[in-house]
Amino acid sequence: MSKMQVSMTVNGTAVEARVEHRTLLIHFLRDHLNLTGPHIGCDTSHCGACTVDLDGKSVKSCTMFAVQADGASILTIEGITGADGTLHALQDGFREMHGLQCGFCTPGMITRAYRLLQENPHPTEEEIRFGISGNLCRCTGYQNIVKAVQYAAEKLGGKLKEAAE
Amino acid sequence: MTEPTSEQRTQSLQGLGCKRKRTEDIRFVQGKGNYVDDLKLPGTLYGDFVRSPYGHARIKGIDASKAKALPGVIAVLTAADLKPLNLHYMPTLAGDVAAVLAEDKVLYQNQEVAFVIAEDRYAAADAVELVEVDYEPLPVVVDPFKAMAPDAPVLREDLAGKTDGAHGKRKHHNHIFAWEMGDRGATDQAFTQAEVTIKELISYQRVHPCPLETCQCVASFDKVKGELTVWGTFQAPHVIRTVASLISKIPEHKVHVIAPDIGGGFGNKVGAYPGYICAVVASIVTGRPVKWVEDRTENLTTTSFARDYHMTAEIAANRDGRITALRVNVLADHGAFDACADPSKWPAGFFNIVTGSYDFPVAHVSVDGVYTNKAPGGVAYRCSFRVTEAAYCIERAMDILAQKLEMDPADLRMKNLIRREQFPYHSALGWEYDSGDYHTALQRAMNAVGYRQLRTEQQARLAAFRAGKTRELMGIGVAFFTEIVGAGPSRNCDILGIAMFDSAEIRIHPTGAVIARMGTKSQGQGHETTYAQIIASELGLPADDIIIEEGNTDTAPYGLGTYGSRSTPTAGAATAMAARKIRAKAQMIAAHLLEVSEYDLEWDVDRFRLKGNPESFKTMKEIAWAAYSNVPPGMEQGLEAVSYYDPPNMTFPFGAYISVVDVDVDTGVVKVRRFYALDDCGTRINPMIIEGQIHGGLTEAFAIAMGQEIHYDEDGNVTGPSLMDYFLPTAVETPKWETDWTTTPSPHHPIGAKGVGESPNVGGVPCFANAVNDAFRAFGSTHIAMPHDNWRTWTAADNLGLHAA
Amino acid sequence: MIPAAFEYHRPRSIAEAVAVLADLGEAARPLAGGHSLIPMMKLRLAGPEHLVDLGRIRDLKGIRTEGGDIVIGAMTTQQELIASDLIAAKLPILRETSLLIADPQVRYVGTLGGNVANGDPGNDMPAVMLCLGAVYHVVGPTGEHRVAARDFYLGAYVTALDPGEIVTAIRIPLPPTGHGSAYEKLKRKIGDYATAAAAVVLTLDRGVVATCSIGLTNVADMPLWAEDAALALVGTNLDTAAVKRAVAAAEAITAPASDNRGPAAYRTKMAGVMLIRALARARAQAK
Repeated sequence: MSKMQVSMTVNGTAVEARVEHRTLLIHFLRDHLNLTGPHIGCDTSHCGACTVDLDGKSVKSCTMFAVQADGASILTIEGITGADGTLHALQDGFREMHGLQCGFCTPGMITRAYRLLQENPHPTEEEIRFGISGNLCRCTGYQNIVKAVQYAAEKLGGKLKEAAE
Repeated sequence: MTEPTSEQRTQSLQGLGCKRKRTEDIRFVQGKGNYVDDLKLPGTLYGDFVRSPYGHARIKGIDASKAKALPGVIAVLTAADLKPLNLHYMPTLAGDVAAVLAEDKVLYQNQEVAFVIAEDRYAAADAVELVEVDYEPLPVVVDPFKAMAPDAPVLREDLAGKTDGAHGKRKHHNHIFAWEMGDRGATDQAFTQAEVTIKELISYQRVHPCPLETCQCVASFDKVKGELTVWGTFQAPHVIRTVASLISKIPEHKVHVIAPDIGGGFGNKVGAYPGYICAVVASIVTGRPVKWVEDRTENLTTTSFARDYHMTAEIAANRDGRITALRVNVLADHGAFDACADPSKWPAGFFNIVTGSYDFPVAHVSVDGVYTNKAPGGVAYRCSFRVTEAAYCIERAMDILAQKLEMDPADLRMKNLIRREQFPYHSALGWEYDSGDYHTALQRAMNAVGYRQLRTEQQARLAAFRAGKTRELMGIGVAFFTEIVGAGPSRNCDILGIAMFDSAEIRIHPTGAVIARMGTKSQGQGHETTYAQIIASELGLPADDIIIEEGNTDTAPYGLGTYGSRSTPTAGAATAMAARKIRAKAQMIAAHLLEVSEYDLEWDVDRFRLKGNPESFKTMKEIAWAAYSNVPPGMEQGLEAVSYYDPPNMTFPFGAYISVVDVDVDTGVVKVRRFYALDDCGTRINPMIIEGQIHGGLTEAFAIAMGQEIHYDEDGNVTGPSLMDYFLPTAVETPKWETDWTTTPSPHHPIGAKGVGESPNVGGVPCFANAVNDAFRAFGSTHIAMPHDNWRTWTAADNLGLHAA
Repeated sequence: MIPAAFEYHRPRSIAEAVAVLADLGEAARPLAGGHSLIPMMKLRLAGPEHLVDLGRIRDLKGIRTEGGDIVIGAMTTQQELIASDLIAAKLPILRETSLLIADPQVRYVGTLGGNVANGDPGNDMPAVMLCLGAVYHVVGPTGEHRVAARDFYLGAYVTALDPGEIVTAIRIPLPPTGHGSAYEKLKRKIGDYATAAAAVVLTLDRGVVATCSIGLTNVADMPLWAEDAALALVGTNLDTAAVKRAVAAAEAITAPASDNRGPAAYRTKMAGVMLIRALARARAQAK
């Protein structure tokens, strides 16, 4: 099995590893780096449970090889929580608005919403629904997720700060 | 400092009825949940299945030599390896057996044939490709209506000669059971005398619960201690432990089953699957932990299905709309093995709730189960056992009757709903409905949506359509459902002989902090939050000081698990009962501390106080300390209790749903304009969580009604087993939900609660289906089958001639 | 789901990429956004021995005008198309189509080049390219040449690309100022391929169709350029009879597969309905 040295910044920390060429980014994060926040739901890039932020883009880490992320800066749900343990406005919002139930889609959903608010700090309900349409939730019916994102947008007042970057 | 008022003290408890934020969310929003695949044990091996590409084929040989030669591969298990252990078949909850690894034949596509064990996931997946299986394809049976044809292929050769099944005589080699309820003679007579009758074949397609997390486990056998630990996606961990012990012959006290956080269940995670058995065997063989994680295709095609019920419904009625009888004959497609997850005595679940919310004087129902070349399962996907099938059947049938009588569907329902004064109501098919106020609920729903105005608008739009001014038709869906949940009373509900009670154990520490454990298992329902609210109200201790644990069979009291909306009716009741035992003891301690008789004390939110002298009291917190330091003479120390609650009856949540859709006749696209749901689940423990459950259940109902289907082609292949094709709606397709409620407590439940998680699925599916059908009612269409996806809706319009130029 | 093993290559230039691909021949596949290829590899329906990642080649990026054409680097993502003011102003149909592809995450990595070059009849951009008369810049071992989109598609996953060749850029002649365009896509949900879709670009001269071009998505084993349908409309004012003739001409060239989106006959009809709707919107836009 061919291996390759990769280096990247994950949640603000420099990481180096030798990985098999075919190692999926999600497995690199979960199995090699122990970042088990992002999950695998569908395997085929439809559910978004594996969403991470890569160089300022929301990507599905189950449909990307770790070698493709060589040199990248990655943010996972673990990096969205403040270094001192304070919750991000989105994390607060999901709890306040009951935007989660089983919690399995939540890390991907919050990570995606994080990028959405970076790009559009005052989204309408329709923009939120469209913006999170790459993330499936089986429990909530999305209505409270929309409210959670609205809560965060309001709380941040459009002054969203990049976390761990 | 002024003493807080009784109201302030009540509020600070965060008890029953408040919108308490969820305790579990703190870890979930940070990605710190603990799901099965997050578990990492040193030396873990990975298992992966070789699966059949065929729907029905004879296995002529398996050659695993190339796979075994692959670096990193430890072993390849086949039926030949399991047979000496008598583990190549496993018993099912329905009294059948199911293959763990196929021995002579495969009976459905993707059936498990061999289990590869390797050092990592990647090597296991590679080895699966290298196992060579020689198949001889056989003719397949995918249409249940052809399963009992005289010349139908014999599917289950292992049952050769068995004319008796778990539920009586088998009529045919592909027949599983026949089950009936009600009064056949009286029903037939009512139909003979009826002024009006309707009859329709109402099929509920095969679907899959598809939680976002698939089924998975880690099995770890400690050879030195002879102990097995299994972490898994188990909705019913205690039952899994008992079954694991019975199958493996490992004593039950040496089997530790743990269900950690579960990423959604919806019925998918009730049963035992070959992956669990193979992981356990592999761990015993290798002495190392073995992890098995299903992928999405495996999940959709193998670990359970739901529905696949084909219901021929007939209603007899008078011309004025008064219903006189119901007759339903069901053909149930159970797939290759009967693995239905029903209480053991109920091969068709609680399908005899099919009289619904209506006062049928007589009724008869019969169900025949058959084998086909499809995956086994038959789980209750977000509903109590076969209740969504029953609700879909009766709610569609009532609409068809209304059409025949030229009555408004809501008016027909109003005329026939069970009246408030009839409760407790004895249904023609044998249930005792505990409580209800159906007319109030339906009227409130109709008022809320402006039902009569909607009907007027619909008429105007229909006229515009006929005049060629629009290509959209408006449909209004009305559904009134009665759920039957909380299985169940030991007199008629058991799983493999174990009564379907549930349990709670509460322990109060000296400082007044509490740990409580239940026999149920949350998969997103928020038990850690809501059980604490019950205890807070019962014991006057703040919910924030109460920790709830479930899922560890070593520490939690035995229980039957979470499915069929049973947690609140059973374990929720047990929680209240255990708390009341503690309060009784606390009262004696308080009396001792205050040096009065316990009969002179009364409970006041969080304390016992002296009747007539509220200044003299002991708070629960003070009593907790005293329980360990100063108990009355002769009393044991400590403050804890356990309750095993055998419910006296099921609970019967109900609701009235109304939806409005606009159908694009030219594309078949159905837009949901409005969906209003009124639910009555009795006493409301946490309105925020209830609303969340309803949103989620309605969304699943929307998915089922509008698109979900596990479809087999005529060769037995599942078409489109991925989330590209299997319809899980995104935030864009999902309608916006309006929720409302009435409160009719259950008279027999300690706190009057009924359970809610599944009601919206039970009521939602027929509400959507009725709306789509209603759009075409004016053109003489009686029944369009689900799912109402674009092409089927377009085809329905086409068949009605609505595309003529 | 786990893909079979492969060798990963990361060329830094077009020349290097072409050299590597030529050297490895059939065993290699170029990797663009990967959201078609990687799921196929995970399902083990594709098993290339080598992947040549085009993601680090600077020359494959960017959107520029060149004379009367817009030239878009093949590795330009759908998200970049959506965010481009130039595209919004000059080629609104490209922005509109991009927004209908897959979902936000996929659009951050999915590329225009990958969408047009892999020959999947379900992809949305090829029909739009047929409609716009786009030309693909192709580079291979024998150098660079250009292939008209209308000559590019030969069948499902079969294109005019020879082994070792890649599409490096997409050149789109600017439609006249005042043109109207629309892409109408019927799908089951976000993330789905089209049940049927139609792309229309037209110009009007005092209410009469002066020019018209039509592309159809996912109703045959390749994207369709509905030339006869468009011709049936030129010179008309898009009256009901003319539209009917165009729909009939469009339907006549479809040959869709029956799948979970619906039977073939339905999908053919939907091509017609999408065409009608795209025409109506394009007409409303045209000045």
